[in-house]
Amino acid sequence: AEDEVSWGTPCTELLVFVATPGCDEFPSLDSKESYKLSVSEGSLLLSADAVWGALRGLETFSQLVGRDENGTYYINETEIVDFPRFPHRGLLLDTSRHYLPLRAILETLDVMAYNKFNVFHWHIVDDPSFPYESFTFPELSKQGAFNAMTHVYTASDVQMVIEYARLRGIRVVVEFDTPGHTLSWGPGAPGLLTPCYSGKDPSGTYGPINPILNSTYQFVTSLFKEVSAVFPDLFIHLGGDEVDFTCWKSNPDISAFMNEMGFGDDYRKLESFYIQRLLDIVSSLSKGYIVWQEVFDNGVKVRPDTIVHVWKEGSPPYMEEMANVTKAGYRALLSAPWYLNRISYGQDWMAAYQVEPLKFEGVAEQKERVIGGEACMWGEYVDVTNLAPRLW
Amino acid sequence: RYYEYMFGQSRRRGPGPGPLGARAEPELLQLEVVIESPEPGCYGFPHLRSSEAYHLTVTEPVAILKADEVWGALRGLETFSQLVHEDDYGSFLVNESEIDDFPRFAHRGILLDTSRHYLPLKSILTNLDAMAFNKFNVLHWHIVDDQSFPYQSIYFPELSDKGAYSYNLIYTPADVRLVIEYARLRGIRVIPEFDTPGHTQSWGKGQKGLLTPCYSGEQPTGSFGPVNPILNTTYDFMTQFFKEISSVFPDAYIHLGGDEVDFNCWKSNPDVQQFMKKQGFGYDYAKLESYYIQKILDIVSSYNKGHMVWQEVFDNNAQLKPDTVVEVWMENNYAHELSSVTKAGYTAILAAPWYLDYISYGQDWKKYYRVEPLHFHGSEEQKKLLIGGEACMWGEFVDATNLTPRLWPRASAVGERLWSSSNVTDLQDAYKRLTKHRCRML
Repeated sequence: AEDEVSWGTPCTELLVFVATPGCDEFPSLDSKESYKLSVSEGSLLLSADAVWGALRGLETFSQLVGRDENGTYYINETEIVDFPRFPHRGLLLDTSRHYLPLRAILETLDVMAYNKFNVFHWHIVDDPSFPYESFTFPELSKQGAFNAMTHVYTASDVQMVIEYARLRGIRVVVEFDTPGHTLSWGPGAPGLLTPCYSGKDPSGTYGPINPILNSTYQFVTSLFKEVSAVFPDLFIHLGGDEVDFTCWKSNPDISAFMNEMGFGDDYRKLESFYIQRLLDIVSSLSKGYIVWQEVFDNGVKVRPDTIVHVWKEGSPPYMEEMANVTKAGYRALLSAPWYLNRISYGQDWMAAYQVEPLKFEGVAEQKERVIGGEACMWGEYVDVTNLAPRLW
Repeated sequence: RYYEYMFGQSRRRGPGPGPLGARAEPELLQLEVVIESPEPGCYGFPHLRSSEAYHLTVTEPVAILKADEVWGALRGLETFSQLVHEDDYGSFLVNESEIDDFPRFAHRGILLDTSRHYLPLKSILTNLDAMAFNKFNVLHWHIVDDQSFPYQSIYFPELSDKGAYSYNLIYTPADVRLVIEYARLRGIRVIPEFDTPGHTQSWGKGQKGLLTPCYSGEQPTGSFGPVNPILNTTYDFMTQFFKEISSVFPDAYIHLGGDEVDFNCWKSNPDVQQFMKKQGFGYDYAKLESYYIQKILDIVSSYNKGHMVWQEVFDNNAQLKPDTVVEVWMENNYAHELSSVTKAGYTAILAAPWYLDYISYGQDWKKYYRVEPLHFHGSEEQKKLLIGGEACMWGEFVDATNLTPRLWPRASAVGERLWSSSNVTDLQDAYKRLTKHRCRML
């Protein structure tokens, strides 16, 4: 036909050049993800400092390839120099409120790669269920999973997720949230949780992890020793959010302990006591940690390289919190405006898009401490039947 | 298909009398289905007056499902399948039961919108299955609208040729027949909606001269508005078009739309203005709208079809036939609208509180469940005119990738409200049953 576009020289090869080899390693917060893409007549060249940049560039390249009505694949002449603004671009999945089969997680990792996300924040256990099969404490999932046969992540499942993610340049940052959000830990670890009291007698219900027992810290040490070995990333997310003090207050042994320690009536001091010991344990395992903002808000003494995860929308408004966290010298992650589980009618992607993470009062050094953010898909109303269309 | 539903998931499946393991007593050998009426209806189509009542007796050795017509047998079969459960050893159990059941409302519908986004056949059929699990009996197929015209018309092939999103995003006559038959086998009526005079942008692509040209001063702007009500050609077209629709869709009713007619374009058009003068309508364009609607209603009546219309048609005082069904969809003060519609003697169905496309965070099924359709001022006779309702899933943000999880199980709350007795309102009890039902539907 006369109107046909005259195509240039057909190209058959994309040359990928990576300056520093490192295909067998795991990605990290410091990984270089920059790349250059040169498309010109007869030459397709993708170059990057590290393999992680090559992955990002490959994704971009795949998006540039078009197909015309005759079925011919084509690509426009292009010159691209690209690199991420923020080094931590994460997605949170919650596999405790509802179990997510392996394929749902792997599928999510694929789509994350299409969108250049590089951190999979695996909120693996919580109050409703404990699907993580621990080899140190097999009873945890035996007693705590929704179904110990069908609704668990075996060691090989976990390794598959980690490797599948690695091949896409995605870090797996696991979260074992304590001392709150731990009801499912109780059945498999008797004595771990605080027994609540109704007057003089135990009511039969349980609260957060019991911070006054030595056995608690022995357990925590062993568990995190395992977690540190299983998950290769430098960072572990330790949670620390929404600790309900009611149960602690009701327990006479705890009241006695509060007295002994001179904490008075301030249960945040007790929470800090637990968290500090947890942080020390995890540090001694040579891991870095991320914590939810309450740990910072409650004045817990944390190491300077702690990352604080800002999630609360109000009191204080999250931009103020970002300013406070970075002013105090900590690195910050933003999730507050990106709770994608909170669905609403219409094009709500726009509200998420309009967020400007650095829009707070602060000096340049502060702003540099914002290392990125995470979109969160909490699982109260989400399982494999609706995860993908809700998230993407 | 009910055998599959009940026993299909079982680990122990094999040929023979049944998947029972060790013979346990007492044993249920058979479910006998008895349809009493001499005209059971197996080769016919369900309609508004069909009998959906059934009587189920589960006792050993034979359970009996009795219904007047096949439609009741279908409902009873669904119930029976929900009673059968599997224990941890793979045995199938059913409790001894005596059930006498019938729907509270005769019109229990789901609206699907295939114009804002095309829905592939598979998607529609999956939802018909889900509807049957929830005893819904009407598919309100909002098949065309402004955005696209996927219905392949036999008399006017240009409509979909030019109006569909693309050549393959259409419903051929065979597709339509498939949907109608698939629905029929589940006791579901298919009521198509060809919404006019508004919501018709896509019609203008394949039918030049149908829509009103809008003007800016003396000049046509190049854009078009609602169907042009002043031309004879419009009514010639509609006569032909609805002749086809009436024969393609076997249900006694056709939904004619009539909602959200924007008068601006009509107002701008000098020929329309002149017509208004001639007819003595003054500046009341609602009168022009009613003029149009009435003519369409007459056309459709001549094909012996009943009509369903959106509430504006009633609100704007068009002359409706006495058996017109008015669909109340505007949320603001809908109880008041129900009173007005029924007071004027028209049949009504309720959609207003059940726009399921309006998603929100959390357990919003509860607010759909809490709706009591008869909570409006009116006499006994008036209340009888409310024949049911519809859960609507408009398609602006919905396609095959998210239709099913968005619609279900929230629509189940509406299904129960429309079928069950008015005193079935306990949310905690409903929650327990809904969670089980959802897993069953999966």
